Parts: sequence; structure tokens; C-alpha cells
Amino acid sequence: MPSPYDTLIRTPNPYQPRSARIVRITPLVKDNVLFQFRFEDEEFSREFSYKPGQFVELSIFGVGECPISISSSPTRKGFLELCVRRAGRVTNALYQLKENDLVGIRGPYGNGFPVAAMENKNLLLIAGGLGMAPIRSLLNYALDNRSDFHDVILMYGARDPGEVLFRNELETIRHRDDIKCLLTVDEASSEWDGYTGVVTELFKEVKLDAAATYAAVCGPPIVYKFVLKELLAQGFSKNHILMSLERKMKCGVGKCGHCSIGYKYTCIDGPIFTYWDAMNLRELI
Amino acid sequence: MKVLTLSKKNATPFFEALKSFGKTYGPVEKGEKAYSFQPVESFSQLALDYKRTILPLKKFFYKPCQPVFHFNKDSGYQPAEEDLEEKIVLFGVHPCDINALNILDLVNSGPYVDNYYFVKRQNNLIIGISCMPDELCFCRSMSTDFAETGFDLFLSDIGDSYVVRVGTGIGDDMVNAVPDLFSPIDEESSRAYKDSSNERSAMFQRYIELSDLPEIMDLEFHSELWEKLGERCLACGSCSMICPTCNCYNIIDKLNLDQKTGERIRQWDSCLFKDFAEVSGGHNFRSKRASRVQQRYLHKQQGFVEQYGRPSCVGCGRCTMVCPAKIDIVEILHTIRGERNHRRRKSDRRR
Ligand SMILES: Cc1cc2nc3c(=O)[nH]c(=O)nc-3n(C[C@H](O)[C@H](O)[C@H](O)COP(=O)(O)OP(=O)(O)OC[C@H]3O[C@@H](n4cnc5c(N)ncnc54)[C@H](O)[C@@H]3O)c2cc1C
Ligand code: SF4
Ligand code: SF4
Ligand code: FES
Repeated sequence: MPSPYDTLIRTPNPYQPRSARIVRITPLVKDNVLFQFRFEDEEFSREFSYKPGQFVELSIFGVGECPISISSSPTRKGFLELCVRRAGRVTNALYQLKENDLVGIRGPYGNGFPVAAMENKNLLLIAGGLGMAPIRSLLNYALDNRSDFHDVILMYGARDPGEVLFRNELETIRHRDDIKCLLTVDEASSEWDGYTGVVTELFKEVKLDAAATYAAVCGPPIVYKFVLKELLAQGFSKNHILMSLERKMKCGVGKCGHCSIGYKYTCIDGPIFTYWDAMNLRELI
Repeated sequence: MKVLTLSKKNATPFFEALKSFGKTYGPVEKGEKAYSFQPVESFSQLALDYKRTILPLKKFFYKPCQPVFHFNKDSGYQPAEEDLEEKIVLFGVHPCDINALNILDLVNSGPYVDNYYFVKRQNNLIIGISCMPDELCFCRSMSTDFAETGFDLFLSDIGDSYVVRVGTGIGDDMVNAVPDLFSPIDEESSRAYKDSSNERSAMFQRYIELSDLPEIMDLEFHSELWEKLGERCLACGSCSMICPTCNCYNIIDKLNLDQKTGERIRQWDSCLFKDFAEVSGGHNFRSKRASRVQQRYLHKQQGFVEQYGRPSCVGCGRCTMVCPAKIDIVEILHTIRGERNHRRRKSDRRR
């Protein structure tokens, strides 16, 4: 039933959460769980499309809403995956839910990665910690459209092997010969056969043609600090360095003001910014 | 634009005729020199010589606290539909407040349209009225002392009568509901209009220079002024609440006792509040009061300009009026510009 708002104003209500069912719950590492959702409305589910790097607002009944990056790739239709860290009220409430329970989801929001501009270029994907969640969307997108891109390199750093997200998936990907998948941990254990050290150490392992490469970086502030320095040293243009940034968000649609920095709203102008933009928005990083 | 005159003798019957267009609100005195837009039954109740109301008109379109959804665990989120059809007529709105609504229209449109706001805006008619500035008004520098659009009718006081500008087709319908009350504009009223316009120009006491202000804001990003203001500001948020263009809000879910149904509410928020930019885990992007005060000025005078081509301030003087710490926006902008003598200068007229 269309709401009177839709008929009076003739644009869809941007705040309307859609009912979605939890299809599968996959614990990844401690306090990080991958939730797979399917929208109740089948037609909506079929038409729901997004870009890697976009996010949704997830509603838990009676608790509230929070922004979460989409972790699945738009190339794999019919479901939506969010990798959620237990952080506070809403995320805790999500952790109480079981498969088949209902949540509300609205979106997708944000600009996403400029995938069209990235075509025919090398992709250097750099993730630290939970930053793997949005990077996974871009990674799978690139793998499913492999011929659109030249070399694809993933550098992913976690604290220890027990903190590596999507480990099984990445193990499979690691054995493909059309992608270079470099995993590193700060503290290795005996079973770890990846690299040891911070993610910037991995630059030693690859030869980069900065002019023909887009770097997509996502991680905690400390990752940005060192990775950006390294990328500039490698000769990357600030416009070819893309970063996904987090801010407090409420509406996700550029109205509530919570995510505002300078003249940008992280929710609609971001969350993906070029390093150039990020530098010019003084408070951004 | 169609222009007529309305003799003040005819104001009462005109006001009566407006009632068929919707519920009429206008400025009434609430306590000493405090005014508020309230439902009004007769023309004589109106305090049309008011300077500014405490709360701006945003309260009609974007309520301090408003349910946006009703939810039910089984059936999901249903948009709250309160007073969707109610038509309201706002009588006696000043140019700055009309311009402020035009600015809110910009914010609430764009790639995502805020239906809640525009449903109310669609059902709203505005009759503007001219005003004389007091010691706090600086609307002339913000180019908001005159309303070019955003009203159905605009009444300019020229003594015994009003010059009436007809801004929309519905404004024309209002005139045509009681056509005999209006007269065509004549030379005498045209002269009276210009006299009063010149008189008004001479009355403005406060100016700020807008040209290159965004750039100066950039240069002064690390100015110690912000630290000093941070020490004075109490982070009470009053300046945001009473600002006609401040539109930030928070969203809160309330679960009913049945643990199954509830409401999603949105309420006015302020970038001056401590938790405004705080995320889970306790990290706060603007934990210092200085950075929050700075955000208010940067967003209004710089960020908004880059985004929408004009500042999101209409110079109404409300924030200066309510601030318990006596923080004065005009003074801050003068300080930031490094203007030593900011008394009014003759050359400061609107360009
Ligand atoms: C663009 C974007 C993408 C994100 N992607 C992911 C993701 O893929 N996985 C994940 O686990 N987390 C992600 N986050 C962080 C996630 O939004 C917060 O962990 C979450 O809001 C915590 O909500 P809470 O109610 O559990 O915590 P509380 O501390 O109870 O937070 C209360 C409210 O504050 C706001 N808030 C708190 N923390 C944040 C935050 N970091 N960012 C924005 N708003 C916040 C929310 O509105 C939240 O509802 C993302 C944040 C942003 C902005
Ligand atoms: S910032 Fe102050 S003067 Fe400007 S519109 Fe808001 S309340 Fe009025
Ligand atoms: S009204 Fe004054 S004291 Fe209160 S938040 Fe605004 S600037 Fe600070
Ligand atoms: S989250 Fe509301 S403006 Fe960005």
C-alpha cells in the first residue's frame, strides 16, 4: 500500500526501512559476524542494486538504526551481506537475533567506489582489520568482472591469525592466479603461512605502476596514516587513492547533519573519498 | 509580479476571508516583548509590529519532536501520518523567516526528498509582512531583508495601507476572494513605498561583509578565537534550536510496553551537544567544545556556501538574543575578518 507521503510528494520516502529476513549467520572471528539478509518483498529484492563501497542503514525493532557497509558484491544477486562488529546497542541487539528473524534495511547510500573509472586499471586493495568488510565487496566485484580490470592485488592486515576476516574465502582466492592476495598479521602463530608485519611491509612484495593503478584503502586511522605515506612515496596521484571513511551517521541521506565535515556530508558525498578530498576537508582524517 | 494596495481599514475583513484557506497563525505577544506564532482568530489579536518570534517557523514543518514511523515487529515500519491534510496560513511572516524557509526547502530537497517536511510545506500558505530592523538584525548583509520568492502574498506597510505583492496563484485566489478590498497601485502609494524603503535602509545597525568570508574562515581555521569561544560556550544548544535554518536532528526508537510495537521519533539536535559526533567505543570526532562552536560557524558561513551558494544564516539575530554566554555571531565574524572598527560604515550598504 503506497503511503500518502509517496502520493503527495511523489518520491519514495528515503527513511522507509524494508523488512528483511536473516537468512544465514556466519561467525567469522570474535565479535565479528557475517549476516546474510533477504528482503521480504521479492520484487524489491530483485531490483535492489548497489555499488561496492555503499552502505545501508540497519534497523533493529525498538532499538534503533546504524550504518553498515555492504560486504557482498552486487554481482551476486538476491541477498545482501553485512559483516558486523559488536559495538553498542544496535549491533548487540542484532547479535541476539536468530536466522529467520526480521530486521529493517534501507539504502543503499553513499557514493560507493567509482568502479567505472577504475576499469582498465590495476586495482590495489588495502584493508586493515574490519576495513575488509567494504573491501570484500569491491574484491568480489572485481573477481566477477575480472576482464574489466588489469592486475588485482589485495593487501590485508590483521592483528593475529584469529582476527583475519573471511579467512576461508581468502584461502581459496589466494590460490587463484589472476589475483595477488597478500595476507599479513602483526603476530603470527605456528599455523600461519602468510606474512608477518604491518600491512605496509607488503609493498615490498609487489611492483606497482602507480599511474595505471587505483588504490582503495579501508581500515582504522593508523592504517591510513602509514599506507597513505607509502602510496605517495610510490608516486600515486592523490586522486587515485580512494579511502572509505567513517563518521557518526543518523539519516544517511544528507539531512540530519551528524556526518557533516566542512562542505561535505560523509553519507552522500562519501563514504568513499579521494585522498585529495580528504586532505582538503581538514577534519576528515 | 502583480502589485495592489490594501487599505488598513480593510485588513480585518481580508483576514476573515483568509480563514477559508486554512487555519490561521500569526505573531502574538507572549510575555514582555516575546512573540510567538500562534493560532489567531481575529486581526486585532495580531502583534504585527513584532521584531522576532522566539521559535522560528521551522516548528510548523519540522517539529521539535515528531514520530516518523510506527513499527510492529511482525509487519515492519509504517510511516506516521499526522495532520497530513491540515492546511495552515501563516500571517505576518518577516522576509528573513521567509528566506529561511527557502533555505530549508533546499536542504530537504536534492537527491533525497524529505517527504515529512514537504507534506507540511505543501499545505502551507504564507502572507509576509514588512518590518523595521532593531539592534540585532543583520539580514541586509545576508541578502535576506527582502523576500523575492517564498510567499503567497507580501504586505508592505506604507502608513494607512499595505502594498500587496502577489507571489503565487493561490495568493491571487486570496485576493480574488474579496476583490473589492484591494485597489490598484497608484503614484502616491508607490512614493510612500519608496520612502519607507529608504527609511528602513537607514535603520540597519549591523553589517557583516560576506565577500570572501569562506576563504577567511579557511585562513583562520587554527585561530585561537575558537578556543576562546569554546571556553565561553556552555554547549546548551539554544542557538541551534532557535535558528530558523538549523535543521540537524536525531532519530530515536521507542518501544511500547508490549515489547512488540513502538515509534521512531525524530527530534531537533544540535551540533553543539557533546555527543553529536560521538561514535560507539567512545570516539568523538568533536569532543572539544571549541571544535563544535567552530563547526557551527564553518558549516553556516563556509560549508553551506560551497554546497548551496549562500550561507545558511538569514541574519535574524535570534542566536545572539538567546545565548546565555553572550556569544554574538556578528562580533565573531568581525573578529574573524580582523575588522578593528566595525561600527556601521556608509559604504557597507548592500551591493
Ligand atoms: C559508512 C559506515 C560504514 C560502516 N560499516 C560498518 C561495517 O561494515 N561493519 C561494522 O561492524 N560497523 C560498520 N560501521 C560502524 C557502525 O555503524 C557502528 O559500529 C554502529 O553504528 C554502532 O552502533 P551501535 O548502536 O551498536 O552502537 P552505539 O554505541 O550504541 O551507537 C548508537 C548510535 O550511534 C551511531 N554510531 C555509533 N557508532 C557509529 C559509527 N562508528 N559510525 C556511525 N554511526 C555510529 C549510530 O547511529 C548508532 O545507532 C560503519 C559506519 C559507517 C559510518
Ligand atoms: S545563525 Fe543566528 S542570526 Fe543566523 S539565522 Fe541562525 S539564529 Fe538567525
Ligand atoms: S546558545 Fe551560546 S552557549 Fe548555548 S550552545 Fe549556542 S553558542 Fe554555546
Ligand atoms: S548521516 Fe545524516 S547528514 Fe549524513
